[in-house]
Amino acid sequence: MSLTLDEVKHIAHLARLELSAEELELYRQQLSSILDHVAQLDELDTADVEPLTSVLAEQSELRVDEPGQALPLDKLLGNAPDTDRDQFKVPPILD
Amino acid sequence: MTKYQPVIGLEIHAVLETRSKMFDDAPVVDSTHGAPNIAVSPVSAGMPGVLPVINQRAVEYALRVALALDCEIALTSIFERKSYFYPDLPKGYQISQYQHPLARNGELTIHTSQGEQVVRIRRVHIEEDTGKLTHVEEDGENYSLVDLNRAGVPLLEIVTEPDLHSVEAVRAYAYGLRAVLRYLGVNSGNLEKGLLRIEPNISLRPKGSEEMGTRTEIKNLNSFRTLERALSYEIERQTEVLNSGGDIRQQTLGWNEAEQVTVPQRSKEEAEDYRYFPEPDLPPLVLEQSWVDEIRAGLPELPYTKQQRFVQQYQLKQGRAALLVEDQAVAEFFEAAMGAAQDIEARLVANWITGDLFSHMNDSGEDIEDLKLKPANLGTLVQLVSSGEINQPTAKGVLAEMLGSGRSPAEIIEEHGLGQISDTGQIEAMVSEVLAANPDELAEYHAGKEQLAQWFFGQVMRTAQGQANPQLLRMELERQLSESKQ
Repeated sequence: MSLTLDEVKHIAHLARLELSAEELELYRQQLSSILDHVAQLDELDTADVEPLTSVLAEQSELRVDEPGQALPLDKLLGNAPDTDRDQFKVPPILD
Repeated sequence: MTKYQPVIGLEIHAVLETRSKMFDDAPVVDSTHGAPNIAVSPVSAGMPGVLPVINQRAVEYALRVALALDCEIALTSIFERKSYFYPDLPKGYQISQYQHPLARNGELTIHTSQGEQVVRIRRVHIEEDTGKLTHVEEDGENYSLVDLNRAGVPLLEIVTEPDLHSVEAVRAYAYGLRAVLRYLGVNSGNLEKGLLRIEPNISLRPKGSEEMGTRTEIKNLNSFRTLERALSYEIERQTEVLNSGGDIRQQTLGWNEAEQVTVPQRSKEEAEDYRYFPEPDLPPLVLEQSWVDEIRAGLPELPYTKQQRFVQQYQLKQGRAALLVEDQAVAEFFEAAMGAAQDIEARLVANWITGDLFSHMNDSGEDIEDLKLKPANLGTLVQLVSSGEINQPTAKGVLAEMLGSGRSPAEIIEEHGLGQISDTGQIEAMVSEVLAANPDELAEYHAGKEQLAQWFFGQVMRTAQGQANPQLLRMELERQLSESKQ
């Protein structure tokens, strides 16, 4: 399965990655070969197999609705590149 | 005149008002005011290495709604990741449900001037809310601030089929659904605070056509009034575009309150690509049938059912019944008032509640549960008017005092001597006294000036300080006037 350059550009855009022309071609080849590798699974007949959505457990455990402690502000904001008025400060976003 | 039919569907997000968040135990706080970032845990902040755990109460609330809307419940449903980048979404994805939602194929019955309509509900699913962004422009600097108090709060998304064809129907559905959510105790129905968000999508098609036109979506409507205005505007706008031979662009619109127009928010030219896939951190949500049955059995009588029962049982008009059932506490107040005695006229009780009581509550900001007035006392008051013991204007005054003090009508009437005079002996004496005191007018009356009967009526009423039973007084006056002729 061979990806086109436009598909790679689209994927890069969704991940907010800026790639050079060389990188686009490099990743096009690498991603294509990963897809080829995974596509080997298509050879199996899975007609009678239920789709699996999780490998963790059969079902989720549910939690009782009981509030606990929130993170202290210094812990919450400690790793943020920039803060202001007890909030994360980010580049302007206009709706 | 207009040759198009609006085709409208609604996507509604309702906050499930739990105590802790959807996937962790961070407390839920009012995110519209108060300090920012005080209710954030490592999970709702999207810290690495943390795992979500489903809030059981949120699932129970979601099931109540899905069952109340007559949905098919999926005993196994799957959470998925919806990926996009936005600063209010700390993980870079929202945990939602997509291919296997909690519930599908429900319905809600509404009543409009066109009669009864069943609105189909396509799906009901659980997801988590995002944080809140505030834009700051200060000292030539532009930036946004992120408050994550709301991030991770449980949300229920309820999507209709495009079954609505008028603003009136949208209004009936929106109010109807809000009433259901409030009856179920899962959401207080506050649009201003964003606890309930109603997003219509709308297209037009030639009347009689079954094809769907290109649709627009309207977001960020924070009141029922703006919902109605934005829809009316958008119907008009699309009509004009189509009439002038133009094409509707598929886009997301917002509502500009100052200019009263819809405005494009973000273009959907670039197709959304959320790359949904099953949330690897959450095994399937599997429900016991017995738990679902238990929740179903615990559902209250729902607003529309109650409305129809009120119409049947109390012979109320649809509109009046709708007003009474919108708030469960009001409906209970009405029935408690009706229970005060036999043969209370329901129409009158409903009139007092939706008239004087609502306007009092509007002025004072009280809810019906806060009133000092006890429902049984309202029932008694209505009966006192029906039986003629007090007249309507007196009753208004008595009600005002009941609202102020919570005392019974009998006490108030007794204390102020407001009881209507229905004693025939007393009325007879008052009439003969007035006739005897006005011989000239009596003679004129007998000479043919019949309008003086009304004048005599007024004179007696004055003697009685307005409290004579008007029917009895009129009969007695007529009797004595015709007797005095001979």
